Amino acid sequence: MALLETKGIGMQFGGLKAVDQFEIQVDENELVGLIGPNGAGKTTIFNMLTGVYKPTEGDITLNGISIVGKKPYQIVNMGAARTFQNIRLFKDLSVIDNIKIAYHNEMSYTTVEGIFRLKRYWTQEKKAHQESLDFLKIFSMEDYADILAKNLPYGKQRKLEIARALATKPKILLLDEPAAGMNPHETRELMETIHFIRDKFEIAILLIEHDMSLVMGICERIVVVDYGKIIASGTPDSIKKNPDVIRVYLGE
Amino acid sequence: MAKTFNLKVFIINLLAVIFIFIAIKILIGSGALSRYLISIMIFICVNIILATSLNLATGFLGQLALGHAGFMAIGAYTSALTAIYLRSTYNLSGTLLLLASLVAAGLFAGIIGVLIGIPALRLRGDYLAIITLGFGEVIRVFINNIGFTGGAKGLTGIPRITTIDNAYWVMVLTVAILYTLTSSRQGRAIISIREDEIAAEAVGIQTTRYKVMGFAIAAFFAGIGGGLYAHFIAFLDPNTFNFMRSVEILVIVVLGGMGSLTGSVVSAIVLTILPEALRDFAIYRLLIYSGLLVAMMIFRPQGIFGTKEFSLVQFFKTLRHNPIVTPRKKVKESD
Repeated sequence: MALLETKGIGMQFGGLKAVDQFEIQVDENELVGLIGPNGAGKTTIFNMLTGVYKPTEGDITLNGISIVGKKPYQIVNMGAARTFQNIRLFKDLSVIDNIKIAYHNEMSYTTVEGIFRLKRYWTQEKKAHQESLDFLKIFSMEDYADILAKNLPYGKQRKLEIARALATKPKILLLDEPAAGMNPHETRELMETIHFIRDKFEIAILLIEHDMSLVMGICERIVVVDYGKIIASGTPDSIKKNPDVIRVYLGE
Repeated sequence: MAKTFNLKVFIINLLAVIFIFIAIKILIGSGALSRYLISIMIFICVNIILATSLNLATGFLGQLALGHAGFMAIGAYTSALTAIYLRSTYNLSGTLLLLASLVAAGLFAGIIGVLIGIPALRLRGDYLAIITLGFGEVIRVFINNIGFTGGAKGLTGIPRITTIDNAYWVMVLTVAILYTLTSSRQGRAIISIREDEIAAEAVGIQTTRYKVMGFAIAAFFAGIGGGLYAHFIAFLDPNTFNFMRSVEILVIVVLGGMGSLTGSVVSAIVLTILPEALRDFAIYRLLIYSGLLVAMMIFRPQGIFGTKEFSLVQFFKTLRHNPIVTPRKKVKESD
């Protein structure tokens, strides 16, 4: 059974069918790329997978459980974390606080315990603080722990956003154009990060990307969409030679 | 920020709070403070409670609420009516009566906060401001037109049981609770909603739940502030809880810094004393007051403290590293 599976999902905005009969399966520890020209419906697909939109037809299952109609936070707690095309950090909070917020559901002390600082508050906060630091260490960002997220360089902000998503302990990570706005050097660093997290955390990754060097370089399988429909799917090499893909990207 | 229990910090803060209290008591005992000055100090306590609680909703949660006077009114009337009832039926008096009335006031205002919050918090920004403004006015008009609140004639016969002692400690407790709340995991969830609601939801925060919770806690303490006010004035007129009252509280929060409790405390002190101190200038009073606010918005739009908190321990540390206080030491950059 696939980790994430969609069965004929579609999304209709009024008269416009943004996504039609979209099917994808992502297995555990697999790295899948989702590409397509601008306006092909990639981000719409992402929004359906993460609960921002409710698909107008079809079904999505995560670990065999349907997630259609669930709220984004419920889907996160079921094991699917995401990042955003335009980085969404908690800008005015420190780097470590960004991670700690993602640890919210790891802790279980109640509001009253928090207000009156009872024992469980101290033990859990201490543990969360240490784990957040360890987490930053994995991404070699421990030196930035106390600076504000908005003051990080662009590449580091992206890294922090990915780290924050991983702190929710997902089974699958959905990356929405992680290389957008990056220079070649930062893109290379990002490729290493993505490889590293898949091996280290043993999770599946689904990523949308425009940067072909990144997609071709790291994905095991690529799905190409255009006008909301899948036009090709397969290994990077077969995608490169696929006439439909070439037509869509270069025109006839 | 160390996350272990720091007894030293706790004791220093506790001592500071007790020290201020003793100082006030000595000043009162020696007759240096007139009844007028004491009443201003009680108003300061009430305004601190109102401002810090609104700061939770506006500064920490990031939801512009303009109906705080409405919650204050609910608290004031609930507390007054509870006290009148308890005094006549159970013959309660003094601190016990005040405590029981304040708890009732806070709980009732909090419940109304939940009921208003669930539909209202689906809206954002300007729209939320309008709906909360409308709510505040509805409360006022409602109280004006029903019998048991005394209506437009006002409510009289309220036990006058707020003293500087109990007002001070209720204020200290309010600020302490709000502070520990904002530094707990629930507080972080509330702040994350201010920072980016979509991102908060994407890391597993139940945004609706924490929005309503933040709003309700703000209403709870606004109710307690209203209760203290009622038992000090001993007469309630619904028209004191008008839109301008909400704006006054909001001005305190904005001036002190949205997201800084200590900022609200300082600003509440300044903005309660200022109109009184400017009484001599009679007609120019409002001119100076508003001029100050305009200047503040131009030169320091983030408020006195921004989102930072004043820390006594940090302050002493900075002082120790100050070359004027202790020469020949390296200057440490302070916030």
